[in-house]
Amino acid sequence: MNNIIQFASKLIKNLATTTASEVHRFNGGVHPEEHKQESTTRPIAQLPIPETLTLPLRQHVGYIPKLKVKVGDYVLKGEMLAEAEGTVSAAIHAPTSGTITAIAEAVIPHPSGLPDMCVTLTPDGKDQWKPLAPIDWKNTAHSELITSLRTSGIVGLGGATFPTHIKLRKDGASAIHTLIINAAECEPYITCDDMLMRERPDEITQGIAIAQHLLGAAKVVIGIEDNKPEAAQAMNTASQALANAVVTTVPTLYPSGDARRLIHLLLGVEVPHHKRATEVGIQVFNVATVLAIYRYFTFGEPSVSRIVTVTGNVASPQNFEVLLGTPMPLLMAAAGGAKPDTTHFVMGGPMMGFDLPSLNVPVTKAANCIIAASPALFAPPPPAQPCIRCTRCADACPVNLQPQELYWFAKSDNFEKARDYNLFDCIECGCCTYVCPSNIPLVQYYRYAKSEIIALDKAKEAADLARERNDFRLARIEREKLERAQKHAERAANARNREANPELEESDKAASNASTVEAKKAAIAAAVERAKALKLAAANNDAASTSTDQPAVAGPSSAEVKPDSDAQAKIDKKALIAAAMERAKAQKLASAQAGAAPKNTENLSAKVKAEIDEIEAIRTKALQMVKNKAPD
Amino acid sequence: MNRSPYITDAPSVSMIMLKVLLALVPGIMAYTWVYGGGILLSLTLATITALITEAAILKIRQRPIAPSLADLSAVVTAWLLALALPPLAPWWLVVVGTLFAIAIAKQLYGGLGYNPFNPAMVGYAVLLISFPVIMTKWPAPLELATTPLGWAEQFNLILGGVLPTGVPLDAVTSATPLDYLKTQRMLQQEVEAISQAPIFGHFGAKGGEIVTAAYLFGGLYLLQQRIISWHLPTAFITALALISFIFNLVEPSQFAGPSLHLMAGATMLCAFFIITDPVSGPTTPKGKLYFAAGAGVLTYVIRVYGGYPDGVAFAVLIMNMCVPLIDAHTQPRVFGHKR
Repeated sequence: MNNIIQFASKLIKNLATTTASEVHRFNGGVHPEEHKQESTTRPIAQLPIPETLTLPLRQHVGYIPKLKVKVGDYVLKGEMLAEAEGTVSAAIHAPTSGTITAIAEAVIPHPSGLPDMCVTLTPDGKDQWKPLAPIDWKNTAHSELITSLRTSGIVGLGGATFPTHIKLRKDGASAIHTLIINAAECEPYITCDDMLMRERPDEITQGIAIAQHLLGAAKVVIGIEDNKPEAAQAMNTASQALANAVVTTVPTLYPSGDARRLIHLLLGVEVPHHKRATEVGIQVFNVATVLAIYRYFTFGEPSVSRIVTVTGNVASPQNFEVLLGTPMPLLMAAAGGAKPDTTHFVMGGPMMGFDLPSLNVPVTKAANCIIAASPALFAPPPPAQPCIRCTRCADACPVNLQPQELYWFAKSDNFEKARDYNLFDCIECGCCTYVCPSNIPLVQYYRYAKSEIIALDKAKEAADLARERNDFRLARIEREKLERAQKHAERAANARNREANPELEESDKAASNASTVEAKKAAIAAAVERAKALKLAAANNDAASTSTDQPAVAGPSSAEVKPDSDAQAKIDKKALIAAAMERAKAQKLASAQAGAAPKNTENLSAKVKAEIDEIEAIRTKALQMVKNKAPD
Repeated sequence: MNRSPYITDAPSVSMIMLKVLLALVPGIMAYTWVYGGGILLSLTLATITALITEAAILKIRQRPIAPSLADLSAVVTAWLLALALPPLAPWWLVVVGTLFAIAIAKQLYGGLGYNPFNPAMVGYAVLLISFPVIMTKWPAPLELATTPLGWAEQFNLILGGVLPTGVPLDAVTSATPLDYLKTQRMLQQEVEAISQAPIFGHFGAKGGEIVTAAYLFGGLYLLQQRIISWHLPTAFITALALISFIFNLVEPSQFAGPSLHLMAGATMLCAFFIITDPVSGPTTPKGKLYFAAGAGVLTYVIRVYGGYPDGVAFAVLIMNMCVPLIDAHTQPRVFGHKR
């Protein structure tokens, strides 16, 4: 049955579109208008050194690096401003020589629009490099190269900004057999990789050679979409210098530049959803990243600049090589300025990019493309209509998810179901929204559901922690009370040993004071029990005939009961003790039936009770979540 | 803020529905040619009723009216129902059926996108159960009728129940091939003999097969436009053809062959326009195949063993009930997950 379906699907697909046969296609994908030719007519231009550079510390995935400079410091170009801290982290370097004039929060190019810590550098115009130390990578130990690369500040320049040195480590877990160079650049408008390949194919090739050497990869596959023939041609020529490298053109179909999609296209390998590509022996690098690796090892230059495509609603779209930290208005001006009907600016491509909080943000390592947006280019979406389950989204989904189901679950806050339908496999490529006839912002729903699920998971974790803490606290309080009561009882017992009459009153008083908290009662009961044992030992069981079944006439509140004689006092006391024991037992039983741990919540103040109720609610919720997840 | 993607390229819901309506036009033209202009009045009545009902219910539900009317889904439902009904049926039958389809089967479930059952087929089933006699009074094709009615006469019949003087109702109606086949089979006639009757054409009903062919043509347009997926019509037609072929092979005297089943009744209308309703249908590729094949088999079973000459409406409604189950069990393999 499956074979028939697959055959039929293939037949229909082949009839619909003739495709290159050597690549392994993924499901769906879309082909938006490319808009790449606008910014490829001019060569990459160098932007002059701006008056100030603002360098956010957070320019990569992972931990924020540790600041090494202070305001007033003079730094040379390439000097480290902040060093990588923690495993996943990257250093920040001075893009030119100058003085550190501020270290303060500023708005950074991030979807959140929130300010973050930035170093402001005022260039002195000399652009003087620090003494650079090129590395003879062919004759240096692997571990040394990686340690060195950790100080290079190089991160994935395709936009993901994952620190590169981690990707080149050899964990020994699985050997990398194939290095894939991601030159697909599948997002419309973006051309920085395209231009780089056209203009600097030899540098890229040498970077590939270094990466191949570091990984020990036998094979290199350079994947380029077939809408970049010049780049493919240039890479084809340049890569002759490499051992066992091929340039493969893949059909122009967004999102072929997604790493997992590209691996499948080029090698026919589906990286399992719970594994990384390296676990199946494949590593993927962007062209700009390998070029940065080349410049680092060959010239000792750390990551201080990048190529940015400035396009969209601007007078002359172009690619620029700019220093990191360059204010974006300069970039926009260099491209002839944004046209008057520009409404906002987008960083990244139109499929996965985001609105810049304002243009007054610096260029970061992630800034591959800045698009001036206008209503004519990016029309505001019409109001969403109901989903008619037409499944165009499912047909377009490169991950083969069922977007219409995920939408349904996300909309109704049915997060567990959304997780079951593999919400977290969604790469947020936007293909589903792109093809939706009802104009439903599907990806927004998935982002919302993902963040909610993550928040819930965190809340559950926090609740678990809080519960453990609370249990520990309650246990401690109980223990302390027990100890206190024991001391009390011991003192009382000692006193009783000396004097027969007052001791009952005293122990009763202690009990009545304790009656505010049930836990105390149990503690007292235990203490009394111990006291009783002591007392029995002392008195040498003179009232053995007293039955413990006797009705408990006296509770802790029976302080006013005055015994007539010694014997009577003893009987009363025994009854009391027996009653206390009964109570403790009953309580223990009740709490054992009610739940795992004793709650001791009966006689607490309203505030504490409310707190406990809240914790209890979170616990039930968490339990429910665990239960919901269990049948999977 | 992250509100990407900024670009879209999708036909609007209105455009999709418009193309469905467009795809029905050849069928309607053939229908008018074969049976006369009465169908045009039915279509108009159904359309007006659908739009008024939709607007009224939306007003009661306090929802915006204009976008829902503009999506044309109510018109599609109206046309499908009108085309499924006998074309000379009284006006109120069309009105009642459409009213029920839109008000109960569609809007009371939440409107477009939320109805679990095909609204047109719900309307049809309600009428079939409530007014079985009228629902089986099909007109004879003009070329077979003893006294063919003109357009004005047909309109009079629909609106006022008035026939031209001296013309009995029997003179303008006739049994449909599926109906005739059923009654004759009850009389122990053999299929071979039955299909010699003049109401049979080359494949299905005389005249009716032209309409069916026109539906097929419109359906191919929808396929070419990617409004519908190939899974549904292919599986439906294949299942119906296969089961009728097998039965016919085993006992040709008792069971009509695939050509009649494919070209008679509402087969092609169902294959391309009714089971392809996305809202009440399954969403997974495999699910679509099961759904349509199930509808095909049920259609055959109801036609041959059921109480009604054609089984399309009930087959579709029964399969609608199975959609959640089908969807849940035919989830495609997600990229990177186990094969």
